[in-house]
Amino acid sequence: MKAMILKEFRELRRDRRTMAMLIVLPIVLLTIFGYAANFTVDTIPTRVIGPGAEQVVANAPDLFEIGEVDADATTNDALAWMRDNETEVVIDTTTQPPTAYVDGASLFTAQSASVAFARMGDQVQVDILFNPDLETSWVMVPALIGLILTFIGTIITSIGLVKERQSGTLEQLAVMPLKPADVIIGKIAPYFLLASFDMLVVTFLGVWIFDVPFEGNPWLFAVGAGIFLFVVLGIGVLISTVSQTQAQAIQLAIMLLLPQILLSGFIFPLDAMPTAIAAIGRCLPLTYFVEIAQGIFLRGAGISALWIPFAVLTGMALLVFSAAVLRFRRDLAPSAHHRAKAKAA
Amino acid sequence: MPAWGAHGLTVERGGRAALADVTLTVEPGEIVAVVGGDGAGKTTLLRALAGAIAPTSGDVAAPALERIGFMPTAAGVWRDLSVDENIAFVAAAHGLSGETLRERRAALLAGAGLEHATSRLARNLSGGMRQKLAFSLAMLHRPDLLILDEPSTGVDPVSRVDLWRMVSLAASQGAAVVMATTYLDEAERAHRVMVLDAGEILLEGAPAQVLASVPGHVVESAEPGDPGRTWRRGRRYRVWSPDEPPHGTARVADIEDAVVAAAIAKGA
Repeated sequence: MKAMILKEFRELRRDRRTMAMLIVLPIVLLTIFGYAANFTVDTIPTRVIGPGAEQVVANAPDLFEIGEVDADATTNDALAWMRDNETEVVIDTTTQPPTAYVDGASLFTAQSASVAFARMGDQVQVDILFNPDLETSWVMVPALIGLILTFIGTIITSIGLVKERQSGTLEQLAVMPLKPADVIIGKIAPYFLLASFDMLVVTFLGVWIFDVPFEGNPWLFAVGAGIFLFVVLGIGVLISTVSQTQAQAIQLAIMLLLPQILLSGFIFPLDAMPTAIAAIGRCLPLTYFVEIAQGIFLRGAGISALWIPFAVLTGMALLVFSAAVLRFRRDLAPSAHHRAKAKAA
Repeated sequence: MPAWGAHGLTVERGGRAALADVTLTVEPGEIVAVVGGDGAGKTTLLRALAGAIAPTSGDVAAPALERIGFMPTAAGVWRDLSVDENIAFVAAAHGLSGETLRERRAALLAGAGLEHATSRLARNLSGGMRQKLAFSLAMLHRPDLLILDEPSTGVDPVSRVDLWRMVSLAASQGAAVVMATTYLDEAERAHRVMVLDAGEILLEGAPAQVLASVPGHVVESAEPGDPGRTWRRGRRYRVWSPDEPPHGTARVADIEDAVVAAAIAKGA
């Protein structure tokens, strides 16, 4: 038995990825659940409009972090700000009693705001926009599409590519008269199409079964999903280039998937996380897809409101996909790569 | 038709030379067997010839990719595709279609004994059948240079005979064939043999030349000699000596004797 235990430890010591999972994962989970897993929102970005603005600012609970105070703004301005996700709450004093517009697409923020307003009694009437019943599924389904695309893009794609390497056929492809671009596109296109099909199915099922509203432009959503797919497929290809076996690819994909699930704002609100943890979340592609998906589905937001997540995702797609193609190309045509390097030297 | 091969090929891996200054030539219609133990550099040489790895130094003279047929160690068939689908994919990659494809497909399937297994998935084929399918894929476009990495390893004796028949046919049709093998009896059927040891050429030439070029003396004996210089063949022993022939009948019976004697001589 001693020999068996010793053998197991020796094998584990040499399996660096499993060791990384054993050591890094508990630390990551502890950090995430310790700091990030927080449903309680401490501050809510709030704007106040109308003639009674100053008085509301003076009486508002600390939870509401009052940003802009605009006595001249109208209710239409308030609704536009909410649609464009410029703020989470607008207190409109043009009505009597004042109306608090709350963004129902930010579930936990909306719940905290509702509780705080309820404590104020009749002073404020609350109007929850975009998700009036604060349905969890309405917020989850758009984000879930991103998770499914991430799953297919990273895990399934990397498994498919590593399978080719593991069975020796990648080497076969490398010496067949196929252009590297043909092989790369030929390998990735089916996953792109399958993920797109899955996206359509989940979108239709979400709208049909869970009554999730689709307020925005479907084409804008399709473009966002397409850009996001390039990012996750690129990550899948990159994983495959540093994995020798399917088990290694799955391990690495899970290590990249887990932070995306926990830190993208899809389960725990980014606003409730400490700045450093939220900053990690802001480096993850799913964070931006969640913003785009929830924005288009629930708020009917257009490109003017969503250009930042679109721009960040496009940048990520260019960077990750180019790196993935270059690495994959090097695996496919090492001799050509060597010749090019020699020529450059 | 030009000869193919490599000149002064060196491949370094992790600071160690997997191949050191290896030169190999193979003429059209010729079969060159590359033999050697595990880690001798056989696969590295073949992969460098095929362009699948980049040499550290030296030159490779190989035809364009579309004129190379390569069968890697791990068989190189798509296991989740059927026999027919494997052939269709490789044919499409080589731009083969119509009557040419039909004829070649039929001839290769018949030669490989796979004509009744065309709809079977490659992963459900026996090891020998899978190797023969991989060979058929490498041969489908009638390459000028056919590179086979241990095509018969793990294959039953009957399938080995089939494979050799296919290899000989490919050579007779004008292909230059380089094949790695761990079976020394197979190597004797090649036109020329190259024996590799730790990335270096130990012996090279036609099988008869290889037998004649063993350094020192080898004798057959009923009794074992110096354990570091003796090996067993059946019930008898072979003993190698660098200078004075030991007592016994001089005998280098086959490539196996030559390889073992050359390896002992290198270490002496």
